[in-house]
Amino acid sequence: MIKANHLYKSFEGKPVLQDVSVVFDENKTNLIIGASGSGKTVLLKSLVGLHDVDAGEIWFDDVLYTAQSFEQKKRLRRQIGMLFQGGALFDFATVEENIRFPMDMFTDWSAEEKKERVHFCLQRVQLENVEQLYPAALSGGMQKRVGIARAIALNPRYLFCDEPNSGLDPRTSIVIDKLIHEITHDFKITTIINTHDMNSVMEIGEKVVFIHNGIKHWEGTADEIFHTGNAELDDFVFASKMARELKAEH
Amino acid sequence: MYRIFTLIGQYFLLMNNVFKKPDRSAVFWKQFVQEIEKVGLSSVPIVAIVSVFIGAVITIQASYNISSPLIPKAYVGFMTRETMLLEFSSTMIALVLAGKIGSSIASEIGTMRITEQIDALEIMGVNSANYLILPKITAATIFNPLLMLMSFIIGLVGGWMIALTTDIITPAHYIDGLRMEFKSFYIVYGLIKMAVFNFIITSVSAFYGYNASGGSREVGRSATNGIVSCSLCILIFNLILTHVLL
Ligand SMILES: Nc1ncnc2c1ncn2[C@@H]1O[C@H](COP(=O)(O)OP(=O)(O)OP(=O)(O)O)[C@@H](O)[C@H]1O
Ligand SMILES: [Mg+2]
Repeated sequence: MIKANHLYKSFEGKPVLQDVSVVFDENKTNLIIGASGSGKTVLLKSLVGLHDVDAGEIWFDDVLYTAQSFEQKKRLRRQIGMLFQGGALFDFATVEENIRFPMDMFTDWSAEEKKERVHFCLQRVQLENVEQLYPAALSGGMQKRVGIARAIALNPRYLFCDEPNSGLDPRTSIVIDKLIHEITHDFKITTIINTHDMNSVMEIGEKVVFIHNGIKHWEGTADEIFHTGNAELDDFVFASKMARELKAEH
Repeated sequence: MYRIFTLIGQYFLLMNNVFKKPDRSAVFWKQFVQEIEKVGLSSVPIVAIVSVFIGAVITIQASYNISSPLIPKAYVGFMTRETMLLEFSSTMIALVLAGKIGSSIASEIGTMRITEQIDALEIMGVNSANYLILPKITAATIFNPLLMLMSFIIGLVGGWMIALTTDIITPAHYIDGLRMEFKSFYIVYGLIKMAVFNFIITSVSAFYGYNASGGSREVGRSATNGIVSCSLCILIFNLILTHVLL
């Protein structure tokens, strides 16, 4: 469980997050949705501590993350896996070295054990025979999958994904969504996903939080999202013609 | 003016994170060896080429300037030696290195910043400043003073080749000059300068890369700013060190 209480964050006087309070549940895929520029990435990066918030509390289960020292945060971060909007694979390292990286840094596993784990993680994201390739030689979707494999290398308790399927075709998007959903339930992870893809909301949105201009407007489940009566959310949800037609049918 | 002070403040904050015990010493030593290759050994050819030409030119210029029969010809060798040792092999070579390794460090780290690779390190619980920058600073500061010695020797060889191939000065006079009143402290002085300059090159250019933001144009700009700042710092510290040490 990850809990945020009254988060505020601004850049050079420009407020980006305003009084955001939200709870993300364990063993669920929690989605943050919102238009481009609404503050999703900033919220995600604030939660993991890549941005320092101006005010507010962040709890990782019973740990008050915002009150921790640099060294304490470092320790907690070893239980966090994160998939970045652009993949953020280390371009100086091969796929295998990328996935092995957290193991090299934080475990005393033997070379054999590491190799096995790399293999397992790659299998989990349905990739084969890519160990020796460099990230530049992979397609966008493959990079995302390697990113997921690296994020789960050390069995994280918390998984953060910033737009896991932006820039992917609809089929690959669904594959990635399902993958994250499965991993979340297999390992009982608290997963938070940023997205503006309504398909993802319908597929895997076990809990959905809607952000607009840095303010939380709504939270609920994917089923409830069509009848909220919130004007901003309706604008977002029914942006596409298909969604509007769907609504008319109901 | 205010901006300069904030920059300097940010620089020291970054250095404070850089100089921490590495998370994994085995990983650190592996990187250290790689960095010696990247920031040191790879610069050997350029340093050698620049040094041999400058040594030759200094010898020619010195002999044209010493036209008075009262000054012994051997002074040409002496002047070549002193110029190389005092100024050229440390300060000028450092300026060359600022362009070569400074820009590569700033753009390498800057690219990692804008593609979120640094965020990825941080989120794993790795001290990214320490992981990325410390091996570069230590490798350059420890290894690159050897480049200064190498440049010095190759510069003298350059002058000697002039003595061999032209009739400006005889090799015997030249060698005599090289042996004249040698102060071994000058070698120490050159080594200290080179160590300090290499610390500046690696840390300042890493600082610019680490704080890059935006897109590839900003990475290019941070590399340029990095080189300019490195060069300025080198010139300022050259003055300070010369004043303090000599
Ligand atoms: N480092 C920063 N400095 C200044 N402003 C920033 C910074 N990061 C984000 N912002 C601003 O915060 C706002 C929210 O940005 P954010 O990246 O969180 O949007 P987003 O919801 O993730 O959008 P997208 O769906 O396009 O990724 C934007 O207006 C952006 O200009
Ligand atoms: Mg974003």
